[in-house]
Amino acid sequence: MSIKSLLAATLMTGVVAAPTLQAADYVIDTKGAHASINFSVNHLGYSWLKGRFNQFEGVFSYDEANPSASKVSVTIDTRSVDSNHAERDKHIRNDDFLDVDEYPTARFESTSFSLNDDGTGQLQGNFTLRGITKPITIDVTKIGEGKDPWGGYRAGFSGTAEFKMKDFGIPKYLGPASETVYLNLNVEGVRQ
Amino acid sequence: MPALTNNHSRYGLVAISLHWLMALAIIGMYPLGLYIETLDYYDSAYRTVPHWHKSIGILLLCLLVVRWLWKIASPQPTILAPSALQRRAIKLVHASMYLLMLVAMLSGYFISTADGRGIEVFNWFEVPALPALIEHQEDVAGEIHYWATTLLISLAALHMFAAFKHHFINRDKTLVRMLEIRRVNNEH
Repeated sequence: MSIKSLLAATLMTGVVAAPTLQAADYVIDTKGAHASINFSVNHLGYSWLKGRFNQFEGVFSYDEANPSASKVSVTIDTRSVDSNHAERDKHIRNDDFLDVDEYPTARFESTSFSLNDDGTGQLQGNFTLRGITKPITIDVTKIGEGKDPWGGYRAGFSGTAEFKMKDFGIPKYLGPASETVYLNLNVEGVRQ
Repeated sequence: MPALTNNHSRYGLVAISLHWLMALAIIGMYPLGLYIETLDYYDSAYRTVPHWHKSIGILLLCLLVVRWLWKIASPQPTILAPSALQRRAIKLVHASMYLLMLVAMLSGYFISTADGRGIEVFNWFEVPALPALIEHQEDVAGEIHYWATTLLISLAALHMFAAFKHHFINRDKTLVRMLEIRRVNNEH
Protein backbone atom coordinates (compact mmCIF):
# COMPACT_ATOMS: atom_id res chain seq x y z
CA MET A 1 0.00 0.00 0.00
CA SER A 2 1.45 3.34 -1.07
CA ILE A 3 1.56 6.33 1.17
CA LYS A 4 -0.90 8.05 -1.15
CA SER A 5 -3.52 5.32 -0.92
CA LEU A 6 -2.98 5.00 2.83
CA LEU A 7 -3.59 8.71 3.17
CA ALA A 8 -6.70 8.46 0.99
CA ALA A 9 -8.01 5.55 3.05
CA THR A 10 -7.39 7.45 6.27
CA LEU A 11 -9.16 10.50 4.93
CA MET A 12 -12.10 8.47 3.70
CA THR A 13 -12.41 6.66 6.99
CA GLY A 14 -12.22 10.03 8.65
CA VAL A 15 -14.97 11.44 6.46
CA VAL A 16 -17.20 8.43 6.90
CA ALA A 17 -16.58 8.08 10.61
CA ALA A 18 -16.60 11.78 11.45
CA PRO A 19 -20.25 12.18 12.49
CA THR A 20 -20.24 9.05 14.66
CA LEU A 21 -16.89 9.87 16.17
CA GLN A 22 -17.86 13.41 17.05
CA ALA A 23 -21.41 12.85 18.23
CA ALA A 24 -21.16 11.24 21.63
CA ASP A 25 -23.76 8.75 22.76
CA TYR A 26 -25.43 9.30 26.09
CA VAL A 27 -27.69 7.11 28.19
CA ILE A 28 -30.34 9.04 30.07
CA ASP A 29 -29.64 8.70 33.79
CA THR A 30 -32.91 7.15 34.90
CA LYS A 31 -31.00 4.85 37.25
CA GLY A 32 -29.86 7.82 39.32
CA ALA A 33 -33.16 9.63 38.64
CA HIS A 34 -31.48 12.66 37.10
CA ALA A 35 -34.20 12.80 34.55
CA SER A 36 -37.95 13.25 34.75
CA ILE A 37 -40.99 13.31 32.50
CA ASN A 38 -43.55 15.59 34.09
CA PHE A 39 -46.94 16.70 32.85
CA SER A 40 -49.43 19.39 33.74
CA VAL A 41 -53.14 19.47 32.99
CA ASN A 42 -55.34 22.35 33.97
CA HIS A 43 -57.95 21.49 36.59
CA LEU A 44 -61.33 23.16 35.94
CA GLY A 45 -59.50 26.27 34.75
CA TYR A 46 -58.49 27.05 38.33
CA SER A 47 -55.17 25.31 38.93
CA TRP A 48 -52.55 22.94 37.54
CA LEU A 49 -52.57 19.23 38.16
CA LYS A 50 -49.04 17.84 38.04
CA GLY A 51 -47.94 14.28 37.43
CA ARG A 52 -45.07 12.30 36.06
CA PHE A 53 -44.00 8.98 34.59
CA ASN A 54 -41.75 7.17 37.01
CA GLN A 55 -40.42 4.52 34.59
CA PHE A 56 -38.78 5.36 31.29
CA GLU A 57 -35.48 4.89 29.54
CA GLY A 58 -33.70 6.53 26.70
CA VAL A 59 -30.56 7.44 24.86
CA PHE A 60 -29.40 10.48 22.94
CA SER A 61 -26.45 11.49 20.89
CA TYR A 62 -25.22 15.04 21.05
CA ASP A 63 -22.21 16.95 19.84
CA GLU A 64 -21.69 20.59 20.61
CA ALA A 65 -19.84 21.06 17.32
CA ASN A 66 -22.66 19.57 15.28
CA PRO A 67 -25.91 19.94 17.21
CA SER A 68 -28.17 19.34 14.23
CA ALA A 69 -27.00 15.70 14.17
CA SER A 70 -28.48 15.16 17.65
CA LYS A 71 -30.77 12.20 18.11
CA VAL A 72 -33.05 11.25 20.97
CA SER A 73 -35.00 8.10 21.67
CA VAL A 74 -37.12 7.61 24.81
CA THR A 75 -39.48 4.82 25.81
CA ILE A 76 -42.02 5.42 28.60
CA ASP A 77 -43.81 2.79 30.70
CA THR A 78 -47.32 4.26 30.70
CA ARG A 79 -48.35 2.17 33.73
CA SER A 80 -45.90 4.18 35.84
CA VAL A 81 -48.04 7.32 35.66
CA ASP A 82 -48.07 9.01 39.06
CA SER A 83 -50.16 12.04 39.99
CA ASN A 84 -49.85 11.40 43.73
CA HIS A 85 -53.44 10.14 44.01
CA ALA A 86 -54.12 6.40 43.74
CA GLU A 87 -57.69 6.59 42.49
CA ARG A 88 -56.83 9.21 39.88
CA ASP A 89 -53.81 7.17 38.71
CA LYS A 90 -56.08 4.12 38.43
CA HIS A 91 -58.44 6.18 36.28
CA ILE A 92 -55.63 7.58 34.10
CA ARG A 93 -54.45 3.99 33.47
CA ASN A 94 -57.85 2.70 32.38
CA ASP A 95 -59.35 3.02 28.91
CA ASP A 96 -60.81 6.49 29.54
CA PHE A 97 -57.25 7.80 29.25
CA LEU A 98 -54.05 5.84 28.59
CA ASP A 99 -55.43 2.27 28.43
CA VAL A 100 -52.12 0.90 29.69
CA ASP A 101 -53.14 -2.75 29.34
CA GLU A 102 -53.54 -2.22 25.61
CA TYR A 103 -50.76 0.39 25.18
CA PRO A 104 -48.09 -0.25 27.82
CA THR A 105 -45.46 2.01 26.23
CA ALA A 106 -45.23 5.50 24.79
CA ARG A 107 -42.27 6.47 22.63
CA PHE A 108 -40.47 9.50 21.32
CA GLU A 109 -38.07 9.26 18.37
CA SER A 110 -36.45 12.48 17.19
CA THR A 111 -36.29 13.29 13.50
CA SER A 112 -34.39 16.58 13.50
CA PHE A 113 -32.91 19.23 15.75
CA SER A 114 -32.36 22.88 15.06
CA LEU A 115 -30.45 25.22 17.31
CA ASN A 116 -31.38 28.88 17.74
CA ASP A 117 -28.84 31.68 18.19
CA ASP A 118 -29.67 32.03 21.88
CA GLY A 119 -28.75 28.42 22.62
CA THR A 120 -32.28 27.09 22.74
CA GLY A 121 -33.45 24.67 20.11
CA GLN A 122 -36.33 22.77 18.59
CA LEU A 123 -36.33 19.00 18.67
CA GLN A 124 -38.73 17.54 16.14
CA GLY A 125 -39.81 13.96 16.46
CA ASN A 126 -42.51 11.37 16.40
CA PHE A 127 -44.41 10.77 19.60
CA THR A 128 -46.36 7.54 19.98
CA LEU A 129 -49.06 7.45 22.63
CA ARG A 130 -52.03 5.09 22.87
CA GLY A 131 -50.89 3.51 19.59
CA ILE A 132 -51.08 6.79 17.66
CA THR A 133 -47.92 8.35 16.25
CA LYS A 134 -47.81 12.07 15.53
CA PRO A 135 -45.03 14.63 15.11
CA ILE A 136 -44.42 16.93 18.04
CA THR A 137 -41.90 19.65 18.73
CA ILE A 138 -39.98 19.89 21.98
CA ASP A 139 -38.51 23.27 22.85
CA VAL A 140 -35.12 22.45 24.29
CA THR A 141 -32.78 24.42 26.51
CA LYS A 142 -29.32 23.13 27.20
CA ILE A 143 -28.49 23.30 30.90
CA GLY A 144 -24.85 22.25 30.79
CA GLU A 145 -22.28 19.54 30.15
CA GLY A 146 -18.95 18.46 31.56
CA LYS A 147 -17.15 16.02 33.79
CA ASP A 148 -18.96 14.62 36.80
CA PRO A 149 -17.19 13.97 40.14
CA TRP A 150 -17.13 10.19 39.60
CA GLY A 151 -15.05 9.94 36.45
CA GLY A 152 -17.85 10.27 33.92
CA TYR A 153 -19.08 12.91 31.52
CA ARG A 154 -22.61 14.25 31.49
CA ALA A 155 -24.82 16.57 29.46
CA GLY A 156 -28.22 17.83 30.49
CA PHE A 157 -31.20 19.51 28.86
CA SER A 158 -34.68 20.58 29.74
CA GLY A 159 -37.60 20.74 27.38
CA THR A 160 -41.24 21.62 27.04
CA ALA A 161 -43.88 20.32 24.67
CA GLU A 162 -47.63 20.17 24.50
CA PHE A 163 -50.29 18.12 22.80
CA LYS A 164 -54.04 17.78 22.87
CA MET A 165 -55.36 14.58 24.45
CA LYS A 166 -57.81 13.98 21.61
CA ASP A 167 -54.98 14.05 19.04
CA PHE A 168 -53.76 10.79 20.56
CA GLY A 169 -57.19 9.19 20.77
CA ILE A 170 -57.76 9.73 24.49
CA PRO A 171 -61.54 9.34 24.63
CA LYS A 172 -62.24 11.21 27.89
CA TYR A 173 -62.90 14.88 27.22
CA LEU A 174 -62.26 17.01 30.30
CA GLY A 175 -63.45 20.25 28.77
CA PRO A 176 -61.73 23.15 26.99
CA ALA A 177 -59.58 24.17 29.97
CA SER A 178 -58.14 20.68 30.36
CA GLU A 179 -57.75 19.33 26.83
CA THR A 180 -54.02 20.07 26.53
CA VAL A 181 -51.23 18.18 28.24
CA TYR A 182 -48.11 20.26 28.90
CA LEU A 183 -44.93 18.26 29.19
CA ASN A 184 -41.93 19.37 31.18
CA LEU A 185 -38.88 17.23 30.52
CA ASN A 186 -35.56 17.05 32.31
CA VAL A 187 -32.84 14.91 30.88
CA GLU A 188 -29.32 14.22 32.07
CA GLY A 189 -27.26 11.81 29.98
CA VAL A 190 -24.15 9.91 30.94
CA ARG A 191 -21.69 9.68 28.04
CA GLN A 192 -20.88 6.12 27.09
CA MET B 1 -88.52 -8.88 75.74
CA PRO B 2 -86.92 -10.17 72.53
CA ALA B 3 -84.27 -12.88 72.86
CA LEU B 4 -80.89 -11.44 71.91
CA THR B 5 -78.89 -14.64 71.68
CA ASN B 6 -79.16 -17.70 69.47
CA ASN B 7 -80.02 -21.15 70.70
CA HIS B 8 -79.61 -24.48 68.88
CA SER B 9 -82.79 -24.12 66.86
CA ARG B 10 -83.37 -20.36 66.49
CA TYR B 11 -81.56 -17.09 65.85
CA GLY B 12 -81.60 -14.23 68.34
CA LEU B 13 -82.23 -10.55 67.60
CA VAL B 14 -78.51 -9.70 67.32
CA ALA B 15 -77.79 -12.30 64.62
CA ILE B 16 -81.00 -11.44 62.75
CA SER B 17 -80.28 -7.69 62.80
CA LEU B 18 -76.67 -8.16 61.69
CA HIS B 19 -77.77 -10.48 58.89
CA TRP B 20 -80.40 -8.17 57.41
CA LEU B 21 -78.53 -4.92 57.96
CA MET B 22 -75.50 -6.28 56.13
CA ALA B 23 -77.64 -7.97 53.47
CA LEU B 24 -79.42 -4.70 52.59
CA ALA B 25 -76.19 -2.68 52.64
CA ILE B 26 -74.29 -5.19 50.48
CA ILE B 27 -77.12 -5.53 47.97
CA GLY B 28 -77.16 -1.74 47.71
CA MET B 29 -73.38 -1.39 47.55
CA TYR B 30 -72.94 -3.54 44.44
CA PRO B 31 -75.01 -1.42 42.02
CA LEU B 32 -73.65 1.70 43.75
CA GLY B 33 -70.12 0.57 42.92
CA LEU B 34 -71.05 -0.07 39.29
CA TYR B 35 -72.75 3.35 39.16
CA ILE B 36 -69.54 5.04 40.40
CA GLU B 37 -67.69 3.58 37.40
CA THR B 38 -70.11 5.34 35.03
CA LEU B 39 -70.01 8.79 36.69
CA ASP B 40 -68.57 11.60 34.62
CA TYR B 41 -65.93 13.81 36.21
CA TYR B 42 -68.23 16.85 36.05
CA ASP B 43 -71.22 14.98 37.50
CA SER B 44 -72.31 16.58 40.78
CA ALA B 45 -72.36 13.09 42.35
CA TYR B 46 -68.74 12.38 41.34
CA ARG B 47 -67.42 13.15 44.81
CA THR B 48 -70.37 12.31 47.08
CA VAL B 49 -71.30 8.83 45.85
CA PRO B 50 -67.77 7.36 46.20
CA HIS B 51 -67.59 9.00 49.64
CA TRP B 52 -70.79 7.20 50.69
CA HIS B 53 -69.64 3.92 49.14
CA LYS B 54 -66.34 4.03 51.06
CA SER B 55 -68.00 5.12 54.30
CA ILE B 56 -70.60 2.34 54.16
CA GLY B 57 -67.85 -0.13 53.25
CA ILE B 58 -65.82 0.71 56.36
CA LEU B 59 -68.93 0.46 58.56
CA LEU B 60 -69.69 -2.92 56.96
CA LEU B 61 -66.19 -4.08 57.84
CA CYS B 62 -66.85 -3.11 61.49
CA LEU B 63 -70.16 -4.99 61.40
CA LEU B 64 -68.44 -8.01 59.88
CA VAL B 65 -66.02 -8.16 62.80
CA VAL B 66 -68.88 -7.87 65.32
CA ARG B 67 -70.82 -10.54 63.42
CA TRP B 68 -67.87 -12.92 63.42
CA LEU B 69 -67.26 -12.45 67.15
CA TRP B 70 -70.98 -13.00 67.78
CA LYS B 71 -70.93 -16.14 65.62
CA ILE B 72 -67.99 -17.54 67.58
CA ALA B 73 -69.44 -16.60 70.96
CA SER B 74 -73.02 -17.81 70.52
CA PRO B 75 -74.54 -21.20 69.69
CA GLN B 76 -75.43 -21.84 66.04
CA PRO B 77 -78.87 -23.15 65.08
CA THR B 78 -78.62 -26.54 63.35
CA ILE B 79 -78.66 -26.44 59.57
CA LEU B 80 -81.96 -27.85 58.30
CA ALA B 81 -80.86 -30.23 55.58
CA PRO B 82 -81.39 -33.97 55.44
CA SER B 83 -78.04 -35.17 54.09
CA ALA B 84 -74.53 -34.62 55.43
CA LEU B 85 -73.42 -33.65 51.91
CA GLN B 86 -76.02 -30.88 51.73
CA ARG B 87 -75.01 -29.61 55.15
CA ARG B 88 -71.39 -29.54 54.05
CA ALA B 89 -72.30 -27.67 50.85
CA ILE B 90 -74.34 -25.12 52.83
CA LYS B 91 -71.49 -24.58 55.26
CA LEU B 92 -69.11 -24.10 52.34
CA VAL B 93 -71.35 -21.44 50.75
CA HIS B 94 -71.75 -19.64 54.08
CA ALA B 95 -68.00 -19.72 54.75
CA SER B 96 -67.32 -18.49 51.20
CA MET B 97 -69.69 -15.57 51.69
CA TYR B 98 -67.95 -14.58 54.92
CA LEU B 99 -64.56 -14.82 53.23
CA LEU B 100 -65.72 -12.86 50.17
CA MET B 101 -67.17 -10.13 52.39
CA LEU B 102 -63.79 -9.75 54.06
CA VAL B 103 -61.90 -9.79 50.75
CA ALA B 104 -64.34 -7.31 49.17
CA MET B 105 -64.11 -4.86 52.05
CA LEU B 106 -60.35 -5.10 52.49
CA SER B 107 -59.68 -4.78 48.75
CA GLY B 108 -61.87 -1.67 48.68
CA TYR B 109 -59.87 -0.24 51.54
CA PHE B 110 -56.61 -1.02 49.71
CA ILE B 111 -57.74 0.86 46.56
CA SER B 112 -58.44 4.09 48.41
CA THR B 113 -55.46 3.95 50.74
CA ALA B 114 -52.80 2.95 48.16
CA ASP B 115 -51.38 6.48 48.18
CA GLY B 116 -51.27 6.80 51.96
CA ARG B 117 -54.52 8.76 52.25
CA GLY B 118 -56.97 7.50 54.86
CA ILE B 119 -60.70 6.99 54.38
CA GLU B 120 -63.11 9.55 55.82
CA VAL B 121 -66.21 7.80 57.11
CA PHE B 122 -69.13 10.25 56.66
CA ASN B 123 -66.92 13.08 58.00
CA TRP B 124 -67.34 11.29 61.29
CA PHE B 125 -63.96 9.60 61.76
CA GLU B 126 -61.02 8.76 59.53
CA VAL B 127 -59.52 5.32 59.06
CA PRO B 128 -55.78 5.75 58.48
CA ALA B 129 -53.95 4.14 55.58
CA LEU B 130 -51.45 1.33 55.90
CA PRO B 131 -48.22 1.70 53.91
CA ALA B 132 -48.72 0.40 50.37
CA LEU B 133 -48.02 -3.34 50.17
CA ILE B 134 -47.41 -3.79 46.44
CA GLU B 135 -46.69 -1.72 43.34
CA HIS B 136 -49.78 -0.39 41.54
CA GLN B 137 -51.80 -1.52 44.55
CA GLU B 138 -54.87 0.48 43.46
CA ASP B 139 -55.08 -1.48 40.18
CA VAL B 140 -54.58 -4.92 41.71
CA ALA B 141 -56.95 -4.19 44.61
CA GLY B 142 -59.47 -2.81 42.09
CA GLU B 143 -59.50 -6.08 40.11
CA ILE B 144 -59.86 -8.12 43.31
CA HIS B 145 -62.63 -5.80 44.54
CA TYR B 146 -64.61 -6.26 41.33
CA TRP B 147 -64.35 -10.05 41.24
CA ALA B 148 -64.87 -10.59 44.99
CA THR B 149 -67.99 -8.40 45.04
CA THR B 150 -69.37 -9.98 41.87
CA LEU B 151 -68.85 -13.46 43.28
CA LEU B 152 -70.35 -12.38 46.61
CA ILE B 153 -73.49 -10.95 45.03
CA SER B 154 -73.85 -14.15 42.95
CA LEU B 155 -73.57 -16.32 46.06
CA ALA B 156 -76.08 -14.01 47.79
CA ALA B 157 -78.52 -14.70 44.94
CA LEU B 158 -77.92 -18.44 45.33
CA HIS B 159 -78.39 -18.04 49.09
CA MET B 160 -81.73 -16.28 48.48
CA PHE B 161 -82.99 -18.97 46.09
CA ALA B 162 -81.91 -21.63 48.58
CA ALA B 163 -83.88 -19.88 51.33
CA PHE B 164 -86.99 -19.85 49.12
CA LYS B 165 -86.43 -23.51 48.25
CA HIS B 166 -86.30 -24.38 51.96
CA HIS B 167 -89.45 -22.35 52.58
CA PHE B 168 -91.64 -23.38 49.67
CA ILE B 169 -90.34 -26.84 48.72
CA ASN B 170 -88.85 -28.32 51.87
CA ARG B 171 -91.35 -26.35 53.98
CA ASP B 172 -88.88 -26.00 56.86
CA LYS B 173 -88.17 -23.03 59.15
CA THR B 174 -84.89 -21.91 57.51
CA LEU B 175 -86.30 -18.63 56.19
CA VAL B 176 -88.77 -17.98 58.98
CA ARG B 177 -86.20 -18.30 61.73
CA MET B 178 -84.14 -15.53 60.12
CA LEU B 179 -87.23 -13.25 60.22
CA GLU B 180 -89.08 -14.15 63.39
CA ILE B 181 -87.95 -12.41 66.56
CA ARG B 182 -88.74 -14.74 69.41
CA ARG B 183 -89.46 -13.71 73.00
CA VAL B 184 -87.28 -14.67 75.93
CA ASN B 185 -90.24 -16.19 77.84
CA ASN B 186 -91.22 -18.18 74.77
CA GLU B 187 -88.12 -20.38 74.47
CA HIS B 188 -88.35 -23.36 72.09
